[in-house]
Amino acid sequence: MLRLDCLRSIYSQLEKCVVVTIMGAIAAELQSIGHRPNFFYLQHAMGLASSTGLGLALSLPEQTVVVLDGDGSVLMNLGTFSTMARYRPRNLLHIVFDNESLLSVGGFPTATATGTDLAQIAKAAGVPRTATVTDCDAFVVAITDALAARTLTTIVAKVEASGPAKYVTDLTLLENRFEFSRYLRTLKKPLR
Amino acid sequence: MPVSLNSSKAIYAALKASGIRLVSALPETWLVHLIRMAEDDPEMTLVRLAKEEEGVGISAGAHFAGVGSAMLMQNHGFLASINGIVSFAFLYRIPLLMLISYRGSFGEKDPWQTQGGGVTEPLLRALGIPYFCLQTVESVPLRIRQAHELCASSLQPVALLLTRDLMWEE
Repeated sequence: MLRLDCLRSIYSQLEKCVVVTIMGAIAAELQSIGHRPNFFYLQHAMGLASSTGLGLALSLPEQTVVVLDGDGSVLMNLGTFSTMARYRPRNLLHIVFDNESLLSVGGFPTATATGTDLAQIAKAAGVPRTATVTDCDAFVVAITDALAARTLTTIVAKVEASGPAKYVTDLTLLENRFEFSRYLRTLKKPLR
Repeated sequence: MPVSLNSSKAIYAALKASGIRLVSALPETWLVHLIRMAEDDPEMTLVRLAKEEEGVGISAGAHFAGVGSAMLMQNHGFLASINGIVSFAFLYRIPLLMLISYRGSFGEKDPWQTQGGGVTEPLLRALGIPYFCLQTVESVPLRIRQAHELCASSLQPVALLLTRDLMWEE
């Protein structure tokens, strides 16, 4: 399963959500499909995309917040599962693309390559809905169900360790940040 | 417990007066009253963390949404947050109002706090974070308001160090 195909298959649903991604391949791939003002790309601070999503979800209860995370990032902040589970906002969907690799720095294997199961960690931390999917059809069903369930969910999507040729895009970090916050503050009604 | 209830009340009132509506915290002795006040306040969202660095992301998310927030932590929690402060708050111009209990300074009896106490101010200076040592309860309302104003206008982290003189009664 390719992450880019997963992103394409749920893009129409992401259009209606407040989206936070991690750095690197995911940010570049989502932008290659199409940037929107409701997408924020956290191009560093590995581990904090899910914390940012939690802060957004608690502050914008009428919006749906989707975090596009990765195995390398989430392994740097496993405590995030227990914090998300503690407050379990109904409007937060946490998607972890697990390629078992730190792809952008040379493809060194992460602990998920040797058996660490992020969905089981999320479940044991108290995240009420969790699943692991390995093909794109199952991914789409899992995401659609999670958005309908209105319950904190972590979906781990096992994807191939491949990504775009380059990670830097022509969208500057601060341009993205200010466009995103200005857009959120204009929202009067849910995007969905 | 000799943690100053009077100073804690003054700090909490000043945060409320500045429009703070979300507080992230990790329990620490000097912060117990503040955390309980946030917990008991229906107007405040309290986020209890596993590690202080999470609070950088949570405050960023709240800021993007237009919600004023503050971080309550010990100075060792500040040390544990530094990558988030540098590669999120500074990189993306996120205002962080950090209230940091200043353990390990003059009068500290716990040996394990002393090393962190010695590096707290040098690190704040190295990072270019404006900070003020709150030492008297009388100074609390003005300095918290000013810290919040600087935070909001500069879109950068600002720190208030909660000293032993302010927080501890013995």
